[in-house]
Parts: sequence; structure tokens; C-alpha cells
Amino acid sequence: MENKERKPSGIKPGKGVKIKGGGPKDPKQTLKRLMKLMEGYKGRILLVFALIFVSSLGGVASSMFIGVLIDEFIVPLTMTPDPVFTGLAKVLTIMAGVYIAAALATLFYNRIMVVVAQEILKKVRDEMFAHMQKLAIRYFDTNNYGDIMSRYTNDTDTLRQMIAQTIPQLFSSAMTIIVVLAAMLYSSVPLTVIVLITAFLMLKLGGKIGAKAGFFFVKQQKSLGEVNGYIEEMISGQKVVKVFCREEKVIEDFDKLNEELCRNATSANKIANMMMPIMANLGNLQYVIIAIIGGMLAISGIDEGLTLGTIAAFLQLTRSFSMPVNQVAQQINSVAMALAGAERIFQLMDEPVEDDEGSVILVDAEYEDGILKETDHRTEMWAWKEILADGSVKYTELKGDVRFNNVDFGYSSEKEVLHDINLYAEPGQKVAFVGATGAGKTTITNLINRFYDITDGTILYDGIDVKRIKKSELRRSLGIVLQDTNLFTDTVMENIRYGRLSATDEDVINAAKLANAHDLIMRLPKGYDTVLEGDGANLSQGQRQLLAIARAAVNDPPVMILDEATSSIDTRTEAIVQRGMDRLMNNRTVFVIAHRLSTVQNADVIMVMDEGRIIERGTHDMLIEQKGRYYQLYTGAFELE
Amino acid sequence: MIKKLSGCIREYKKESILAPVFVTLEVVMEVLIPLVMAGLIDHGIDAGNMKEVGKYGAVLVVFALLSLWFGVLAAKYAAVASAGFAKNLRKDMFYNVQTFSFSNIDKFSAASLITRLTTDVTNVQMAFMMVVRVAARAPLMLIFSVVMAFVINVEITLVFIGVLPFLAAALFLIINKAHPIFERIFKTYDKLNNVVRENIRGIRVVKAYVREKHEIDKFKKTSEVIFKDFSKAEKLIAFNGPVMQLAIYTCMIGASWIGAKLIVAGSLTTGELVSIITYAMQILMSLMMVSMIFVMMTISRASAERTCEVLSEKSDITDPEEPVTEVKDGSIIFKNVGFSYSGDAERECLFDIDLEIKSGETVGIVGGTGSSKSTLIQLIPRLYDVSEGEVLVGGVNVKDYDLHVLRNSVSVVLQKNVLFSGTIIDNMHWGDENASMEEIERACEISQANEFINGFPDKFETYIDQGGTNVSGGQRQRLCIARALLKKPKILIMDDSTSAVDTATDAKIRKGFREDIPDTTKIVIAQRIASVEHADKIIVLEGGRIDGIGTHEELLHNNEIYREAYTSQMKGGAGIGE
Repeated sequence: MENKERKPSGIKPGKGVKIKGGGPKDPKQTLKRLMKLMEGYKGRILLVFALIFVSSLGGVASSMFIGVLIDEFIVPLTMTPDPVFTGLAKVLTIMAGVYIAAALATLFYNRIMVVVAQEILKKVRDEMFAHMQKLAIRYFDTNNYGDIMSRYTNDTDTLRQMIAQTIPQLFSSAMTIIVVLAAMLYSSVPLTVIVLITAFLMLKLGGKIGAKAGFFFVKQQKSLGEVNGYIEEMISGQKVVKVFCREEKVIEDFDKLNEELCRNATSANKIANMMMPIMANLGNLQYVIIAIIGGMLAISGIDEGLTLGTIAAFLQLTRSFSMPVNQVAQQINSVAMALAGAERIFQLMDEPVEDDEGSVILVDAEYEDGILKETDHRTEMWAWKEILADGSVKYTELKGDVRFNNVDFGYSSEKEVLHDINLYAEPGQKVAFVGATGAGKTTITNLINRFYDITDGTILYDGIDVKRIKKSELRRSLGIVLQDTNLFTDTVMENIRYGRLSATDEDVINAAKLANAHDLIMRLPKGYDTVLEGDGANLSQGQRQLLAIARAAVNDPPVMILDEATSSIDTRTEAIVQRGMDRLMNNRTVFVIAHRLSTVQNADVIMVMDEGRIIERGTHDMLIEQKGRYYQLYTGAFELE
Repeated sequence: MIKKLSGCIREYKKESILAPVFVTLEVVMEVLIPLVMAGLIDHGIDAGNMKEVGKYGAVLVVFALLSLWFGVLAAKYAAVASAGFAKNLRKDMFYNVQTFSFSNIDKFSAASLITRLTTDVTNVQMAFMMVVRVAARAPLMLIFSVVMAFVINVEITLVFIGVLPFLAAALFLIINKAHPIFERIFKTYDKLNNVVRENIRGIRVVKAYVREKHEIDKFKKTSEVIFKDFSKAEKLIAFNGPVMQLAIYTCMIGASWIGAKLIVAGSLTTGELVSIITYAMQILMSLMMVSMIFVMMTISRASAERTCEVLSEKSDITDPEEPVTEVKDGSIIFKNVGFSYSGDAERECLFDIDLEIKSGETVGIVGGTGSSKSTLIQLIPRLYDVSEGEVLVGGVNVKDYDLHVLRNSVSVVLQKNVLFSGTIIDNMHWGDENASMEEIERACEISQANEFINGFPDKFETYIDQGGTNVSGGQRQRLCIARALLKKPKILIMDDSTSAVDTATDAKIRKGFREDIPDTTKIVIAQRIASVEHADKIIVLEGGRIDGIGTHEELLHNNEIYREAYTSQMKGGAGIGE
């Protein structure tokens, strides 16, 4: 694996990217995007808002009702010697109706909103994943895996909370605040002013506490990231820890980080936990203030409209008012978090996709009366289909002729890793690249299939500039086996079938036999139906490579690239695999990259690479004759003393 | 399980007890406050008595301040206790993992251990905080409020009591139905994350085979399941709010009707009516909280179980009672050794291994993929225990050694080797904490790492990223060899440790071994025949059995497998180089 090439230091991500920063950078823009996302659900969301309105009316009505109950019914009834309760019964029945309506409204808006939230989330997830599939390899090479992952987990989760809980709650709070405010204004203007002033102060304080808690939460998250990162690194390397008896030292370092996390977690949670009692008791103080001032106003007769019943009701309203204000204060933080999460999701979705200006496609073909014709069945022959400017169609037979003309390339603009590469692979040839690690071998294959685009020069494939070939078609024509095998959680059968989805079970088994993987598969607990998990963690690297080769074999591609594909397979098995591959790839072009000279010896052309340049080329015999670098490498293998 | 977890409270016992105590006090205040409020209305406002308003107002202010103070203290202690608890839990788990043997690690898998120490601990911490803060609050609130309500008026309170069982039943029903769906959702989430993870890691394969659409379909299928299940569960949970509202409203209407009659009859005051309604709210709220705790607990139960599994796992390789503390020499003897990872004889992967290696010898091990080469050498530093027979190092059974002594004398360069984030020097200190710069440079010289290290701008201070991803495979292997050499072991084992190193460098490394550490027993597993050709002894393994032992010439002569491997590697080249 030539990581040094894949992750050039110029564009490598910094340490600890995983850790979520404080607030969103551009909340306004993010909010706009979120709104746009919800636009498709406008009808249902409007309905939800209407239902929330009804639901909060119920809440307000219940707190107002006390005042009405006391002033309109209880007080008059106590005055009459012979009280009749039918009026009260009537009002209570009406209230019951209002309450049932409110409860039903709550039920429906909740049910609609959770579904809307889930639909939006599904849409976001699906779009994010689909978009990710379109990104260039560079994105994956330069971004931390954990950081990409957390957009699907943490960030999506904050978004879910925001849509399903925070938004309805904020709206409901706002509704309640407005209605209660109206009711309060109706009851007494001066008292309302006082409530507003105190509520404003409470919100201010709440915001301050929230900001402080936020500061510590960021610190806590950072600490948590460090501790979890340390745990991940050490446990992944636990076997090495054991081999070197480093347990004590590792524990010592761990303790330091763990203590730090404990400190930060304490500070963060302390403040967050205090929020509730502080806000609730400020509400109580507000209650006292209103009671005293209201009482004074009523008793002194300054405010004539203020009856005792009104004050009792107003006090109830005060409580109804401070509750949603509290809620808003507490939601401020979660809104900020959700916006930060949403921003990261949008960031991924805004990542520019792999550009593909190519239009040439690959089709099955056969010769009919000496003319190349497109067919709808597999013919072991392929053609490049090109639609020319005048609308006519041109077919070029796929032969596997690959040419590099003066190709320069660098992963970042500062550092060029390939210099002036000229090479040609004639159809049916087996072309090998040898050279020390970091010489640029893997980079060359990354350019053929356009995982990366060249800086200068041209690459021709059967005479067509690869830039003109549609990327998916280009890659379909190239089978690639990499040193780092990646298997998927699925059965062995499906993992091999990945090479060609239309392959029958028989095709799969034949491919496995060709790759010499059949015996190993049969030894697995359920043979071909064994489910591989965690990237085939229970298989050795060599066994995984055999499966990867079988996967490529079932693909049966016109051109094959083997990048250190057999590095962990013993040479005896390798020889068997090679014979099988040679048979499969008979008359087709194959590129082979290897350290092991035995792997490349029988190649038609061997390119010896050093520091991004091809320094020697020729057949094995020719290169031995030359007594150059290849000769040195080769004789190194014999090592005579 | 609870006992095991509560063992992690330790020095935070004080806080863990004080938190609920202050919560209790806070609840008492919260229950008393509505009573004072009632007094304020009845004796102050209704009576038009400003003095009373001032009196009750003052009491209310005092109570509110007390409640605030208790609340803040409860918040503080709860935070300290839960952060401390999580710290200890994490610590205990991490310490225990450090004692794990290879087979313990295999049993859990590194990935699962990581989840248990990170996500699961966080879940348990949240649950703990919930317990010390809310678990005390909700039932207390329930009881106090009911008592207070009874004190004010029995008839109205009976209405509340009548509503309670219906509400409790409804909440229970909802949770009971939704819970299994949530459990299923968590599993599906894991699956979804797995698809994403595999795609990020295997993006080259996906793109090379042009399987983007296939992967998107796969993802969509899983995300569809999540959508369906989540909607279903949340729709059920959506009943919570309205059920609660209905209960509250029923209480309100009941209280209003009875209350009005009582007030008219003169046995209840308006202030009392207002406060009894407040109590009704508190009663129902606390019931809601109880149900939330219930949900939270069941969700974190799985996490708690998973953490406990790690806590109670015992290492299956431990130091003997009276350990031998010195390894005399680097000789190794395998007597009749058999081994299976799972412990059952059916799946043995080593059979009847008899082997004698003298101190200072160089031994090569070759064999096909899956012939148990790595397994064989891992028995020497007792990374696994044999199932049958015995392994002797320096003439003593490995089970009789102090583990640290044994492993410090037997240095293994594992096949799946890793470097850790830190400078090259930091990584070298793994081999020997006190190694001097000269010693480090010397080790790197033998392993042929000096040249490229000196090519880095920061030389030995170069920072290695996690997993060593910023150096090439061959460079990583050479650094790992240097690290192992710094242990100055009596036995050095290299498990395919030069596979990514070119042949010339490989030869230089071997030359260095021969000249610089002649007395160390060297065991080399290799694919390349050239790497073992000149060993004193070469062992050919096939299917977990020794197929042949001998020198290069002997094996060429009498071992089929060896000869085949040799010819396949030398094919076409025979005679030319010489």
C-alpha cells in the first residue's frame, strides 16, 4: 500500500477533525437550506402548525378558565342563597369539548410531524449517500473516515431532534406565549409590562448560562474525542501493547486523558443541570413580584379593572407564560447544535462531484461481415461507442492498447510525484511495474482508471483520450484488484458476485476455483453462504486477497490491473492463481504491480520505476542483460555470499 | 449487573448520595411553594390584605431561594457524581482490557471493545445521571404532591387518584409496544452505519466495479426500514402527549366542578382550588417522568450489559503463583503441541508439533496461506496457551514464567503490526523506555530504517499518524523491526515482517541480524524463499503439521512443497543471475 502517495501531506486533514466545533459558521444560510428542505412538506407542516395552534389554545384556555370559574361562577354562586349549578355544568361541558379537541390536535400534529421528520431524514440520508458515491477518490483520501461517518450518525441525529422536537416545541411555545400575552394584556396592561420585563431578563440570563454551558460542552466533546480516540488507537493495537508489555504505560496515559475528561464533563453538566432550577425559581420570584404589585394595584384601587379574580387568573397566566419562555431558553442550545450538524451535512452534499465530461461508452460487440457491430449479448469482444459531431456513430474495438504521453502528476500542486511518464501497453501484453515503495507504481493505475486526473500530458486508451470516455464505462473495462482488499458484510457468494451482478452461482464457483479460493471457501462454516463480517476480519490477509481475485475473475474484464494483489499469498498458491489468471486474460492486457519479482518475471514488458520516473523497460531477459537497477533487484533475491 | 456497576462509584459515594438528598429537599420546596401561593391568594389578595401579601410573598421568596440553592447543589453533585462514575467505569474497563489475553481480545473483537468503551459508557453515564437526579425526584414528587393534595381536600384528590391508574396503564402500554421497535431500530442503525463505513473504506472497490448504484440501492433499502420502523415507533410515542393532556384536563374539570360546589358550600377557598390544581399537574408530571426513566433505563440496559461483560471478563492467561523471573537462553522446544483457537479438538489448527531450536539459531518457517505459521510462533511468548503438549523457552515451560519477563525476552514483530501516533522516537521507546538516542539509531540501522528516517525533514522527530498511515508499508515494517530490536530480546520472531520491503533491503536486514545479534534466536516467517534460504533450519508447515525440517539443500532434495515454492519463485531466472 502506498499511503504516502495517497495521502500527501499537503492536503492531509488536521488532527482531531472529528471533534465538533462550537456553533454553526453561517446559521442564516443553513436555516434557509433547512427551510428549503422542508418546502416539499409545506402542506403537512402548515397543517401541523394549525394543529399546534389548536393544541396550545387548549393549554391557554385551561389557565384562563380558572379566572372565569372564580369570577363568573364561584363568586356569584357564593352570593346566592340557593345556588344553581346548571350554568357551570354547561361551561364545563364546553371546556371538555375544547380539551378533547386540543388533545386530539396534539395527537395528530405529533403523528404527522414525526413522519415528516423521518421522511426528511430519509431523504437527507439517501441524498447524502448518493452524493457521496459521486465524490472523487480524492475526497476520501483527504478526509478522516470518522469525520465522514459522524455526518450520518451524530449530525443526522441532531437534525432529527431539531425537526421532530425543537421546531414544533418552539412553535408551540411561541403560540402559547402570544396567546397568553394577549390574555394578559386583556387582564392588565401594567402587570403585563412587568411580566415582559422579568421574562426578558430571564431569557437573557438563560442565554448566558446556555452560552457558558455550550463553551464547556465543546471542551467536553473535545476531551471525549481525545479519550475515545486514545481508546480506539490502543485497543486496535492491543496485541502490540501485549507483545511489548506496555500495559502500565498505556494505562498511565489513559488516566491522564480520562481525568481531564472527567473535569470537563463535570463543568459542562454542572452548568447544564443548573439551568432548570435557576429558571424555575426565577419563575417563582416573578410570581411573587406580580402578586405583590398586583395586590397593591388592586387594593389601592389604582387599576380599577383589576379584580381579585383577575389577579388570581393573572398569576396563573404568569406561570403559563414562564413555562414556554423557559422552554425557549433551553432550546437555544439545541438549535445551535442542530444547525451546526445540519451545516456539516450540507457541507458534504455541497462537495463538488467527480466531474465526468466523457461521452464514449463501452458496448458488447462482434464483427459481422468485417464490420464491428453492437450486440446485446456477451461476446468476449467489446467496442468503444462514440457519437461524432455529425451524429454518426463510430465503433472502435476495445483492444487494451494503453499509452501514456508525457504524463505529469501530483496529488497536490506543490509536489509532483510522476514526471514525464511515457509508456505503451500493446493489446494482450502483460505489463509489469516494479520499484521501491513510493516510486509511483500505484499512482499510474490511479490515473488509468481516472481515480485522479493527470496534470499534464495525455493518456490514450485504444487511441481515445481517456478524458473523453465516460468514467463508469472506463472503469467497467478495467478489472482492479488492490492490495488492501475490501469485502462487504454479506455472504461469500455475494461478495464474489460483486464483480458481475448478473453472474450465476456457477460462474461464481468457477471464478473461485480459478482464484484457488474454492477449497478455502469450502472449509468455512457454511461454505459459500458464510456471512463475512467486519471486512472479512476472520480471514487472513492472504485468504481475503484470494476472494478479491475471485471477485475480479467473475467480472471477466477486458483489461485487468493487479496492484500487489498477491502480496500476502504464498508463492506456491500464487503460481496456481497466476496460471488461472493467465488463462482467463489470454490475449487481454494486464497490468501487474508487485514487489516480488517472481510475480512479474513472465511479463511481456517490465517497467522499473524510481522516484516517479520509468528508469528501465524491457523483458526480464533484456533487463537482466542490461545489468541495471532490475538486475540489482533481481540478484538481490539470489543474494550470493 | 447493578452491583457490578455501582462498584464504579467509589470515591464519588458522597456526591452520589448528596445529589438525591438535595433533589429531595428541592422537591419539598417545590411542593410547599404552591401551598404558600394559595395562602398568598386567600389571605392576601382575596382578603385585600397587603400585609399578608407581603408576608406570604417574603416566605415565597425565601422558599424560592432555598429551592434554587438546593437545586444548584443537586445539579452540582449530580454532575460530579455522574462524570466521576463514568470516569471510573471507563477506567475499570480499560484496566481490565489491558489484562486480556489474545484470545480474550479475539472473543470480543477490537471493534466491539471500542464501542463498549466509548458509546456504551456514554449511555450508561446518561442513565446514571438520570438515576441520581430524576429517579429520586419523580416518585418523591408524586408522593409529596398526593399527600399535599389530600391535606387540602380529600374529594378532589380522589378524582386525581382515580385518573392515575388509567394514565399509568396507557403510558405503560405505549412504552411496551414501542420498546421492541426501538430495539430493532438500533440494530438497523448499526447496519446502516456499517454500509456507510464499508463504502467509505472500500470506495475504490465500489468505484472500480462501478457499483455506485448497487450500493445506493442497498443503502436505500436499509434507510427505508429505519424510516418505517422509526415512524411506527414515534407514532406510538406520539400518544404520550395527548394522553397526558387528557389526564390533566380531566383532573381540571373534575376539580372545577367539585371545587366550585365545595367553595359555595364554604368548605374550600379559591386559593386552595388553585393550588390543588397545581398539585394535580405535579402528580401527573412526575408520573410522566417515571415513564421516561423507564424508557431511558430499558434503552441503556443493553449498554450496561455490554459494559458489564467487559468488566467481568477474566483473562485466561495469568501469571503462575511462583513465577520464574529469568529466561536463561533463547532455546525453544515444542513437545507434542496441539492447538485450537476455540478450544475444541475438532477445529485444531496445529497438530503434533515437535521441535527443537537451539539458542542463537536462525530458523525459517514457510508454508501456504492458512498453514498456521503465525499460530505456531504466537505460542512462544504465550500469546495463546497450547491446547496440548508444552512449549519450553530456555528449558522452562512458558506457563511457569512471569509474563512480562517472558515477553520481554521474546520479541515478536506481528504480521498485523501497528505504529502509534507520536514521533518515531516515541514509537521506539515502546521497545525500551530508556533507550538512548545511540541505541535507537543503532536499531534503525540494523532494520535499514535510518536512511529514510534521515530523509524526513524532522528526522527522528517525525510525527507518525495513528496506525502509521503516513509512512509506506515497507517503512512501517522496518520501524516495527527496529522497535522490536530495542527490546534486546533473547528470541526475535518476525511474522512476515519484510513482505513490503524490497529484496535487496531484506537481504541487508538479514545481514545485520547475523552480524549484530548473533546470540539471539531468530525465527523468520516468510513467503520469499530467499528470506529463509540461509537459515540454520527451515520448517515447512502444511495444514498445521510439520511437513519437513532441514536446511535449504536438504529440503530442496526431499520436500515437495519447498521445492515447488522455490522453483515458482526462481522460475525463468535460474542460472542467469549467478
